[in-house]
Amino acid sequence: MKCQKCEKAATFHITELVKGSKAQEVHLCEEHAREYLAGSDQSDAGEPMSLGNDLAQTLGVGQTAEELQRLDQRACPICGITFYEFRNQGRLGCPHDYVCFENELEPLIVNVHGETAHTGKHPRRFQGGTDQQTDLIKMRRELKEAIQKEQYEEASKLRDKIRQLESHSRPNT
Amino acid sequence: MDINTLVSTRGEWLRGVGPESDIVMSSRIRLARNLADFPFISKCTPQDRTEIEKTLRERILKVRSEFPEGATVDYLDVSRLEKIDRQFLVERHLISREHADSDGARGVAIDQKEQISLMINEEDHLRVQVVHSGLDLAAAWERINRVDDMIEAQVTYAYHERLGYLTACPTNVGTGMRVSVMLHLPALAITRQIDKLFRSLQKISLAVRGLYGEGSQAMGDFYQISNQITLGRKEEDLVKQVGDVVPTIIEYERKARQFLIDESRETLHDRVSRAYGILRTAQTISSEETMHLLSSVRMGVNLGLIKDVDIPGLNQLFIDTQPAHLQKLSGSELDTSDRNIERARYLRRVLNKPDGEKN
Repeated sequence: MKCQKCEKAATFHITELVKGSKAQEVHLCEEHAREYLAGSDQSDAGEPMSLGNDLAQTLGVGQTAEELQRLDQRACPICGITFYEFRNQGRLGCPHDYVCFENELEPLIVNVHGETAHTGKHPRRFQGGTDQQTDLIKMRRELKEAIQKEQYEEASKLRDKIRQLESHSRPNT
Repeated sequence: MDINTLVSTRGEWLRGVGPESDIVMSSRIRLARNLADFPFISKCTPQDRTEIEKTLRERILKVRSEFPEGATVDYLDVSRLEKIDRQFLVERHLISREHADSDGARGVAIDQKEQISLMINEEDHLRVQVVHSGLDLAAAWERINRVDDMIEAQVTYAYHERLGYLTACPTNVGTGMRVSVMLHLPALAITRQIDKLFRSLQKISLAVRGLYGEGSQAMGDFYQISNQITLGRKEEDLVKQVGDVVPTIIEYERKARQFLIDESRETLHDRVSRAYGILRTAQTISSEETMHLLSSVRMGVNLGLIKDVDIPGLNQLFIDTQPAHLQKLSGSELDTSDRNIERARYLRRVLNKPDGEKN
């Protein structure tokens, strides 16, 4: 498996025992393990906090090596992002990732926000689901692939479907 | 809109007029939104980005003169701007550094007072921002909420029944809202209480950043305090969470200023006067030193120790002496050492004007 902080192989598997909470596993390469074990004293030295950038690194903590490896391979059927890619860059690939990786994202979301459900404003036009829009993301990707593979008949069918969906989903065009 | 028209204007938030504006420079709120039928930016093809940019630009421009409080927005195609012009917009807080440095189709819509900015294809498809001078969060929220409703009436945003507005980074999911106040805290920095303050803010889930946002160092003793939590609370509650802590910080800063005066008025007066003296006479000066000295002078003016320069003028100097602003103002591209000479010349010119002519 790969280091949680870089592309190198993880050779150090550290189990953190924190009083009052579950044991947490951390998987790191030699260099990052040394940094990790040297302590996080530097983080208080005046650098402003940068949550987004630390995000990818805190992900995966708590999973066993096997779980993490299996999880890393999983990909979103809509945009194609793998969980490993997300873990590395800290950015998701499409709205459907929140559904596709729901269980994996939940501990992270709880960790950051302390809550699991939105209570604020919602779009007035929102009518119970954006599945059609999600389909559009997938079909545009399939269209591009079809063209690359020179499957023009398939591509033309997809293009018609996309146009039809677009005209339904965009008000005031 | 021509970027050069911005060179001669100043943002409303620099006027230094809102409540508590001696310490609170500005109140800022931003909302992150994404179109439901496109991938997030990291998975967008160049064609997707072009499509998103076109869709959002057209929708925004369709209502360009209908923004709240009579505002009209103009659009800048950021992808076609020179590097120095993009840097200029960053220094002006109209686009983010990430937006300036990324690739592909992207742009920003800005109103004439520079209070509203709508960035297309930043980390999310749309980032709406409203900035007001001083401590004025409630009005900023009221305004951005109306802008959001206006845009929302024309597009379908990525929204999840349980999780709310979906964003590229899960740290923004839910409201997609970041509420922040920019504070000038020189006395807390001098008395070395600032780290203690930051640690206590972090404990209540508030983030502290420098003048230019995420990852930037605190320059000129300016700090942005903002919410970290975006999910599970109503927008009004997030506004309140940040707003509630500000009076306490203002009080700390005022106490620290009083402490410095009580300890030795002469020492403090000497400190700010020397800073003013250097700014008025230096022949070459870095951006960092300028910010540091301007910070002392700003405090000196607020304490009545320096009387012949005003706050709006000083606020503007913090921005005008940044690298891209300096080059746009002088009308030529300059390397670091020439910039330092030009910066000193600019400061001498502005700060040595006869009384009554200063800004």
